Amino acid sequence: MSERTEFILAMADDELILGWRNSEWTGIAPFLEEDVAFSSIAQNEIGHARALYELAAAELGTTADALAFDRRPEEYRCAPLVELRRLEWARTIARHWLYETADEIRLAALKASDDPELAGIAAKMDREEAYHRMHAEMWIDRLLATDEGRTRLNEAVDELWGPALGVLDDELRPELRRRAEERLGRPLPDVDPVPRGAHEAALAELWEEMTMVRRSAPAGSQW
Amino acid sequence: MIYEVFRQERKGQPFQHAGSVEAPDERFAEIYAREQYGRRQESAALWLVRRDALSEIDDFPDEFDLKYRRVDGYSIKTRLREAREKAGTLETAPGGEP
Repeated sequence: MSERTEFILAMADDELILGWRNSEWTGIAPFLEEDVAFSSIAQNEIGHARALYELAAAELGTTADALAFDRRPEEYRCAPLVELRRLEWARTIARHWLYETADEIRLAALKASDDPELAGIAAKMDREEAYHRMHAEMWIDRLLATDEGRTRLNEAVDELWGPALGVLDDELRPELRRRAEERLGRPLPDVDPVPRGAHEAALAELWEEMTMVRRSAPAGSQW
Repeated sequence: MIYEVFRQERKGQPFQHAGSVEAPDERFAEIYAREQYGRRQESAALWLVRRDALSEIDDFPDEFDLKYRRVDGYSIKTRLREAREKAGTLETAPGGEP
């Protein structure tokens, strides 16, 4: 598999798994409006995953569905940040913000790349991600505005910082640190990035649930 | 805070009340309204108005039954028929009265 395809798959897996995790709030988000908004964001992420899988599938001679659902859990290349399960709301928002911030840096690099296909898809994704960032930033402002909110956000970010660094390649990590520290107005812990492939146990559980229907009615089944 | 949301389906059309969103401030309200009333491409534009910024009037007394000021005071059907008769364009509807 080419380095390019591996990279596309990693990004697709990030979007799919985060979309799946965020959709776990559907029906139980803190209030109705947030429920609708967060679910809609989750659907967008899954839409991005599909576009990326299609790009990879064309190169690998397979289909987007096969890439999304027919691989074993250990074959996924997503960052552990997106795999974590049942984060309470402050952690969910912290992860959402950390991911969107990292994703913005990654997309900016892709938009500037000389691969027209990747640059094009990154530009399209970024136009939707802009609203995800607005949503995340508004929550960060809200949390930073009170003592309780700030404490909970800071605890969550410290806890998620290693996995957050793992979303990006080495050369882009300092930019993530710079933006996050500036936004929070404090230094972040000096920890090692949690790399891709170091899967959380929670991924296997997610995979069981996510691929259940597909496995019960394998590709080619008629509905 | 409750924000009333008005939705324009296509450019140039009037805005119509779509519903409301509850949000702590205008920024949250805009994001929530966008997702609730715009994510399916069903709106060309939205207006958000804080409910407490709206003035409502809901009393319209008509003690002397001034029918002639109301649209239902006129029978369009009769007037239309008279006009057609005058113009000589009255047609007989198939199988019935004109």
